Amino acid sequence: MVVEQEPTEVDFDAIVIGGGVAGTVCAYQLAKESRSVLLIDRGAEVGSKNLSGGVFYCRVMEQAFPGFVEEAPVERVINRNCVSFLSPTSFVNIDYWDQRLSEPVNAVTVLRTKLDAWLCEQCENAGVVVMPGVRVDSLIMEGGQVVGVRAGEDELRAHVVVAADGVNSFLAQDAGIRAKEPTKHLAVGVKSVVKLPREVIEDRFNLTGNQGAAYAMVGDCTQSVAGGGFMYTNRDSISIGVVLRLDDLEAKGLTSSEVHDHFLAHPAIAPFLKDGELLEYGCHLTIEDGPAMVKHDLTRPGLVIIGDAAGFTLNTGLTIRGMDLAAASAIAAATAVIKALDANDFSQAAMDVYQQELDKSFVGADMKTYERAPAFLENSLMYEELGLLMSDVFHGVFNLDLTPRKHLLATARMAFKKSPIKVKQMVGIGLAAVRAL
Amino acid sequence: MAEFGSITERLDRNHFEPDEEESHIEVDQAAAKATGAGPLLVRICPAHVYSIQAHGSVGVTYQACLECGTCLAVAPPGTLRWHYPRGGLGVSYREG
Repeated sequence: MVVEQEPTEVDFDAIVIGGGVAGTVCAYQLAKESRSVLLIDRGAEVGSKNLSGGVFYCRVMEQAFPGFVEEAPVERVINRNCVSFLSPTSFVNIDYWDQRLSEPVNAVTVLRTKLDAWLCEQCENAGVVVMPGVRVDSLIMEGGQVVGVRAGEDELRAHVVVAADGVNSFLAQDAGIRAKEPTKHLAVGVKSVVKLPREVIEDRFNLTGNQGAAYAMVGDCTQSVAGGGFMYTNRDSISIGVVLRLDDLEAKGLTSSEVHDHFLAHPAIAPFLKDGELLEYGCHLTIEDGPAMVKHDLTRPGLVIIGDAAGFTLNTGLTIRGMDLAAASAIAAATAVIKALDANDFSQAAMDVYQQELDKSFVGADMKTYERAPAFLENSLMYEELGLLMSDVFHGVFNLDLTPRKHLLATARMAFKKSPIKVKQMVGIGLAAVRAL
Repeated sequence: MAEFGSITERLDRNHFEPDEEESHIEVDQAAAKATGAGPLLVRICPAHVYSIQAHGSVGVTYQACLECGTCLAVAPPGTLRWHYPRGGLGVSYREG
């Protein structure tokens, strides 16, 4: 009797864990190429556990969803970027408005439960089997290969498992890929969504139509904790909050919710929120040093790790990016997985095609370019003294207190005298900034 | 800021489906006491899940957890067991 060699029994070609931007984009790409895909999310609805600051540099989404900006539930098109230094008494801004940023659209604000529900719908329409409300407990390993996932009593098998389970990625830890992350690589984001009438937002932020503004701040917004504050306009709400690097938050002995409240109550910030109604208070762990984090492996035989789970986040000081890198890593992973399925080869070498695809895209390049940004942003002068120094220079210029005026150079010199930052250091910070950021 | 109320009042606006059968957070009280982890957990958690009880142990209101994982990232080794709540349970954001 001839025993026929059974092909490996699988329930799906691929199982994707986590319904964020990375997971949904990857599942969609695979289903679009007629692969059978299961998308598992632990939320009661896909996306209900997800939270972002809210600016999505969304050009990459056109690759997966042509017409993304018109079709998807995005809030506002960001064409005004403000970089701000906040001190207890001052608010110094670089205010950059540019029509070119909306032609074509470069960035949008999003609220994740709305966006992720839409992404999930696209997945379902493309044939992805979506399974919300299920927590994956562990990976199934056989002979050094990931062959499926375990959720409670259930086992589900696939040729490839895609871990898109976010910053805490218990699955990457389960696979022995990630160890406990040093606290200086991580930050906690604490965010409020404040409802205001559309016209009020447009008036307060000087906006027209669906255009929006994004503020990135350092200084008193975090009470000098390394990290920053953000304020983004949605259609009829404002997303505002702080991002606090865990090692520094711990060292300074501050309470995360109080730092958040201190920021929202700042005399330069409170007027933006006046008479607003709190829609949601939330928080999320985020990555401060993505380039350091992604240095671990991104694959095992039968496994690829994408998005935040892999460490694809960049804080360049000016732009804070996660969702675009999540989408791009998902597209790279899908390309690799399709090749692996075609060749019926799920070995380490086959999975490593993912790394090659990343290196071909802007993700690999940008992670290298901004390798030194986190070290630059560790400079503690950034979070207190720099803002004070800038406000003292401007105060010297605008405060006509009946004393005879001095030239700008002398005014700046006086501000430097008062500040612990030396001119030489300032030049150093400037040079380091243009090189690292 | 007073207008938004206490953290508890703010969280009351969120939707939670608490797991009535098991807590997804467990503090090793002896280890927490030895390492002094309690006050750190209290400060760091944006949802005020942790509290110091009258007799010095660390109280856990796991039902209010926003599932960010910050406590796990900072907790000294051995003081905290923390995983995600069971599927479908815990917080559901409505804005995100």
